[in-house]
Amino acid sequence: MSSLTSTVERLQSSGEPTRRFGDTDGGIRKILAAGLVTMVATGIAIVYLSPLAYMGATALKTEAMIQDFRAPLYPAAPGQVAYDGEELDLYEVSLPDGSTANLALLQPGRQASMYVDPDDLEAAPIEWEGNWRQLEPAYTFSPQTDNFSAAWEQMDFLVLLRNTVAIAGLGMIGTLIASTLVAYGLSRFQMPFKRTIFIVLVATIILPRFVTLVPTYALFFKIGWVGTWLPLIIPHFFGNAYNVFLLRQYFLTLPKDLDEAAAIDGAGPLRTLWSVLLPQARPALVAVGIFHFFYAWNDFFEPLVYLSTRRDLQPIAVGLQVFNTLFDTSPHLIQAGALLALAIPLVIFFFAQRVFLKGIDLSGVSK
Amino acid sequence: MSVASAPTGRVGPPPALPEDEPDPPPPSRLHRRQGRIGLVFASPWVIGFFVLYALPMAASLWFSFTDFNLTSAEPTSFVGLDNWRRLFGDPEVINSAWVTVKFGVLSLPFTILVPLGFAYLLTSKNLWGRSFFRTLFYLPSVIPFVAAVLVFNGMLNSQTGWANRALGAVGIPGPNWLNSEVWIYPTLTLIALWGVGNAMIIFIAGMNSVPEDLYDAAAVDGAGSLAMFRHVTIPLISPVLFYNIVVALIGLFQYFLVPFVLKNGSGDPNGSTFFYSMYFYRTLFRLQNMGYAATLAWMLFIAGVVVTGVLFWSAKYWVHYEFGERS
Repeated sequence: MSSLTSTVERLQSSGEPTRRFGDTDGGIRKILAAGLVTMVATGIAIVYLSPLAYMGATALKTEAMIQDFRAPLYPAAPGQVAYDGEELDLYEVSLPDGSTANLALLQPGRQASMYVDPDDLEAAPIEWEGNWRQLEPAYTFSPQTDNFSAAWEQMDFLVLLRNTVAIAGLGMIGTLIASTLVAYGLSRFQMPFKRTIFIVLVATIILPRFVTLVPTYALFFKIGWVGTWLPLIIPHFFGNAYNVFLLRQYFLTLPKDLDEAAAIDGAGPLRTLWSVLLPQARPALVAVGIFHFFYAWNDFFEPLVYLSTRRDLQPIAVGLQVFNTLFDTSPHLIQAGALLALAIPLVIFFFAQRVFLKGIDLSGVSK
Repeated sequence: MSVASAPTGRVGPPPALPEDEPDPPPPSRLHRRQGRIGLVFASPWVIGFFVLYALPMAASLWFSFTDFNLTSAEPTSFVGLDNWRRLFGDPEVINSAWVTVKFGVLSLPFTILVPLGFAYLLTSKNLWGRSFFRTLFYLPSVIPFVAAVLVFNGMLNSQTGWANRALGAVGIPGPNWLNSEVWIYPTLTLIALWGVGNAMIIFIAGMNSVPEDLYDAAAVDGAGSLAMFRHVTIPLISPVLFYNIVVALIGLFQYFLVPFVLKNGSGDPNGSTFFYSMYFYRTLFRLQNMGYAATLAWMLFIAGVVVTGVLFWSAKYWVHYEFGERS
């Protein structure tokens, strides 16, 4: 009975067979609901992303613009006009006829001041009665793009970029090779302790890394790896639980008959992996590669620990933090530096959105 | 078993993920060979587990009973329970653990409920441009964390930041977000909200896997959208809710980057950002006291095991796996 009513309702809401006059109300209500929900989402998005706008605007300001409370939010400086070899400040002046004009202050006075019209400097100065100190300065848009080159140079951004790309790239190679091999072993072969291996693998995901850090640091210190990239790269050549998990889940979705056919044709396991599974697993491999890149770009603690004495080898995350401690009185340079640091990840995100927004389907995390 | 998967001849849509295989069948020569090959492939991780996890954990426990120190010339000696005794009477441990707990209790509900709310909004059938909004809401999560902290440091500056300018514009005097012992925790929580993208995506995946007919049935029973959310959505996504809580808790235990970058590791204002992780960091790298640092790390590990253990135990009362969802 209930399924019947729901079927009837669905027919009615889909409109076609039983359309009556009243049904247009439903359509209007639907549009109204959609408009409302979309507006709410837009509002939340604006608030949620407003710090990005702050960063973009501040990165283009001078320090004086940041401190100036009367200035608009966008990078703007009080306007000036060259007149007779002098720089005159522009003010918003209300004229007797009710309109407002931007005029340049020529001769300040207590009761009345003399102004010139910036659009017509040849004309005679205008006298305006009132206290010029109460006038709003007329701001003009003036982005300080030099901030970026200043931040770029002060941070040694090219060196940071080279370090980050090298650390991320080498680690990515390591984790791709190792995680693929391990995932292949766990997804395609019967083996002793398979369940144990799998459970331990997942358990390492929730293990706080501090508990292994002290001996690991001591070991790397003894073998002379502290102050090099090796502690940030070599561990990835043993694979990583997240990546193994993601690749294993993906391999399990690939039909086994293809590798069985390859085995009958005499291909060994390694060859089967290389020429049968890997070409089909491209999306999962790309996902692992991108996730590792973002991991390495963001990783802060380990580079801080292992490269604290080597400014020349540090990646962007640490370099940006050091820059912040050195330039904390120049917020415009800090924001410009932060923008430089996020530009590349942001571009990659826009090109590979689907990996982030759909990647989770691959990993089946809820299991 | 998976051998029975129908030979379709072409790669169609991926089949449902197979269950974990049961224990292997009785060993034959072929199976033993298979097992050896499988182990060889899995060996990088098995070796890595011993070298990078198991042995360091054991060594860490051993260190906690010694006065091991990387810089001193004197040989390491066994000090028994000295480090552990010190830990339980160390006011720095108590203060920094309390800071961590205070922040955790405040921020955890937000870092779970906000992505849950976002996911609910972004799966709404009434939302135009859903994939566009998903991109927007995920975007802060791809911003490097250090950069995000610096952005909030400017945004929440009590003099020049936009937050207080916006509040001032509507007549509310803005608080001293960054330098008040009271407001620093809401500030850190706000910063944490820029990292909820992954939790949000996992919630969305969970909500998308709820079968549509359950909502239809609930609608027939007269359920409103709030009742549907409470009695259909929440039980069905309880496994992903559980997963997100576990991940958030693990993150809290090691919460380090944000307070370190925001306050240069000073713990300002007045020790309110001196988290347990910062005390560990200082013991290890400033003081180079490896024995005591290992003790601090093991204490954190034990606390983590207890808290996640309680969470896993509680799961049987509120996490429902019996619906057999595929994700």
